[in-house]
Amino acid sequence: MTGTAAPLFAGTSLNSRDRKVEWLVRVLLGLMTALLILPVVIIMALLVVEGGPVISWEFLTTRPVDGMTAGGILPALVGTVWLVVVALIASVPVGVAAAVYLSEYAPDNWLTRAINLAIINLAGVPSIVHALFGVGAFVLFFRFGTSILAASLTLAVMTLPVVIVSTRESLQAVPRAFREACWNMGATRWQTIRRIVLPNALSGILTGIILEVSRTSGETAPIMFTGAAFFLPFLPQGVLDQTMAMSLHLFVIATQVPDAPEALPFGVALVLISMVLAMNALSIAFRVYVRGRKKW
Amino acid sequence: MAEPAVAPVPAAIATRGLNLWYGDFQALFDVNLDVRQGIITSLIGPSGCGKSTLLRSCNRINERLGYVRTTGSIEILGQDIYAPEVELVQVRKQVGMVFQRPNPLPLSIRDNVSFGHRLHARGHRVSRSRKEELVEDALRKVLLWDSVKDRLDTLATELSLEEQQKLCIARLLPVKPAVLLMDEPCSALDPKGTAAVEELIWELRGEFTILIVTHNMAQARRASEETVFMLIGKVIEHGLTEDVFLNPQHRQTADYIEGRYG
Repeated sequence: MTGTAAPLFAGTSLNSRDRKVEWLVRVLLGLMTALLILPVVIIMALLVVEGGPVISWEFLTTRPVDGMTAGGILPALVGTVWLVVVALIASVPVGVAAAVYLSEYAPDNWLTRAINLAIINLAGVPSIVHALFGVGAFVLFFRFGTSILAASLTLAVMTLPVVIVSTRESLQAVPRAFREACWNMGATRWQTIRRIVLPNALSGILTGIILEVSRTSGETAPIMFTGAAFFLPFLPQGVLDQTMAMSLHLFVIATQVPDAPEALPFGVALVLISMVLAMNALSIAFRVYVRGRKKW
Repeated sequence: MAEPAVAPVPAAIATRGLNLWYGDFQALFDVNLDVRQGIITSLIGPSGCGKSTLLRSCNRINERLGYVRTTGSIEILGQDIYAPEVELVQVRKQVGMVFQRPNPLPLSIRDNVSFGHRLHARGHRVSRSRKEELVEDALRKVLLWDSVKDRLDTLATELSLEEQQKLCIARLLPVKPAVLLMDEPCSALDPKGTAAVEELIWELRGEFTILIVTHNMAQARRASEETVFMLIGKVIEHGLTEDVFLNPQHRQTADYIEGRYG
């Protein structure tokens, strides 16, 4: 070894250029991510700052008064709960059953693949189109009128693809080895599904349902023409009543009631987004909990 | 195909002219095989030669894949299992299967063992003590009882692979199968586990007809009474294990045993 030789692992000019590129890429990607998060943070901050002061127990538990320029949001809150619950009752059994069929029973042929594709495409149909379908099918054809029933069924049709896809994915996440083990002990397909596949897919299915709830509670277009009312001083008594809903109420007081105080829409939005975030948080917590318990 | 010299007991598994296709690919060609009752028969041959396919045809687990087509017949205990009056569930009860990777159900050890029995005992009242007895008998038979008797309620998936595989054999027993199909049951285990499971399989000889697929020549040689050698979907040679290994009748068998195929 001569004294003038470079140390063993000395970098070359290429190395330092690579390092600069590396730094640049990292900064750029980070910036893009920040750009993505920024609006969310700003929206949340704005809602909390502007709408926070409006929120009170009274706001949540009283009716709107003075042409919706004052008072609370109780009918809208209750209405949204009605809409979501009825939509769930309609969509979960159908969605889960369809997913079980598609995942466990349907032969793997072109028809099944076409159905799967159709379901994914259905999830991409704009909600206003679902709204028109709801008016045609539930309000007019089945003569439910504009009612919670019609609005919830419209929401259910809209969210069915989500339920089906998430359920099917969680069913397919259950290892095939479990099914084979059952079949080989002489279990029928249904016994296998009921005793092994469904219990192990339950967490995923529930997560999908919770996500459906969060999506359903925020939708406006599908309920606008099918069951949600501009203003109703009463709480709904049954599924054939019309109802107020959080999402539509927000739209109304933000655009249709000129003399509503500035802070009011922010308050409504804050409650709505809190509902949705709470649902999402619940679903994430649930997922983490169940994943921790899984042993395979 | 060399028939075994003496066949005093009728065949537990008899295939006649069995052909099988996966879509357009033919995996089995005119397989005529008699597996004798109450002994261990090992099925050897290079990867992709149709060993597992043949094994999986014997309890019709293959047909879950929609594109499988078979011709010919498979008789188990003298009954054609592809006959229309055959109830699939009853076939599976008689013909248990152990897989390459241990696949205990995500239930407790106890529930794994009693799972099959619970399925088939519906409608009958089975006393608690009888159930306990069934679990204990099955676990004793697979030499697992002593190590798990104090933790029957822990998840089966927490056992070691060797214990899991023994459990997978144990859970077949309460259903009282006549035939056990084993698809490379030791290939996921370490040498110690392999030895233990082999010992167990050897213990079960006589009571069950065991057909075992293996890649391990030494295993076939020391743990089976008859050996079947397959190549590209055909049965090349079938005879007493000793004869097949020491005095193979076919060149291909000799080549394989000496390690000249994959």
